[in-house]
Amino acid sequence: MRSRARTLLLLVAALAVLGAAPVDEQVVREIAAELRCVVCQSLSVADSPSETAHQMRGIIRERLAAGQTPDQIKAYFVDKYGTWILLSPPRNGFSLLVWVMPFAGLAVGLLVIALTVRKWSRRTAVTEPAAPPLDEAMQQRIRRELVERGRD
Amino acid sequence: MRATRLRWVIPLAVVPLLLLLAYGFRTDPREIPTPLIGKPAAPFTLPTFEGGQVSLDALRGRVVVVNFWASWCYPACYEEAPTLARGWEAYHDRGVMMIGINIQDKPEPAKKFLTQFNHTFPNAPDPVGQVAVDYGVYGVPETFFIDRRGRIRFKQVGGLTDEVFKSHVDTLLAEKE
Repeated sequence: MRSRARTLLLLVAALAVLGAAPVDEQVVREIAAELRCVVCQSLSVADSPSETAHQMRGIIRERLAAGQTPDQIKAYFVDKYGTWILLSPPRNGFSLLVWVMPFAGLAVGLLVIALTVRKWSRRTAVTEPAAPPLDEAMQQRIRRELVERGRD
Repeated sequence: MRATRLRWVIPLAVVPLLLLLAYGFRTDPREIPTPLIGKPAAPFTLPTFEGGQVSLDALRGRVVVVNFWASWCYPACYEEAPTLARGWEAYHDRGVMMIGINIQDKPEPAKKFLTQFNHTFPNAPDPVGQVAVDYGVYGVPETFFIDRRGRIRFKQVGGLTDEVFKSHVDTLLAEKE
């Protein structure tokens, strides 16, 4: 009876300890996915199997448990490694170019196409009425030749 | 007139692209800039291999050299190890402190490394990698030179040489607090 009470107490204590740090692994993963693994360059901290990435995930987990927000945690890593650590370049300063250039390029391309198409359509519009009208003699000749051809 | 202008525009459009590529290919993708130069060195307190404790805060007012290393870091850590031993030999009497931080390692090979190179300055393991991240470390070896006011002033990525060690430490020693 007494040992059962003790087991129950232990269970409650264990749950309390576990419950004290309710860190959502999904959130850990999301933060890690935005950070560049420092030893493997092209992988994120979430995807890298390296010891360093493992330790960095541990640090993210620890900071979440301490009540920090994902933005605060990312800011901590940027503070230590610079914006280099972020897999997506920041949307300000020189790096903003990376975000703007594709759209700017697309806009310029569309503009060039629009202008070219307009120029072409205007040129054809100008040339069409310039075709010389057929005179009466020519029309008769065409009619005659068509008839002759039909007879063969 | 119009045709000649177009003939120039197309090759000229390539120029910015070439400039961007020239810039991109010249930078070393492995080179990670550190934003920490001139910033206060992150404090840490770690239990050393020798059974003592090492704390950066207690060393304010002294020039401190913090070296991150690992026994598996071959050959760079092995090549620079004699430089660290000589540096300690030459400078610890002049008030310079040196701390070795052993990362991602196991105690036995780490202790063997310290014995092999006769490193007698404090060395401590960084079991969860917190100190390494605090210093923006991405590999070993990396060495930080901290001035008397506790700011990181130089960072050496890769093996240390006697010349680099001496020049940085002499610079910081010459400064008043």
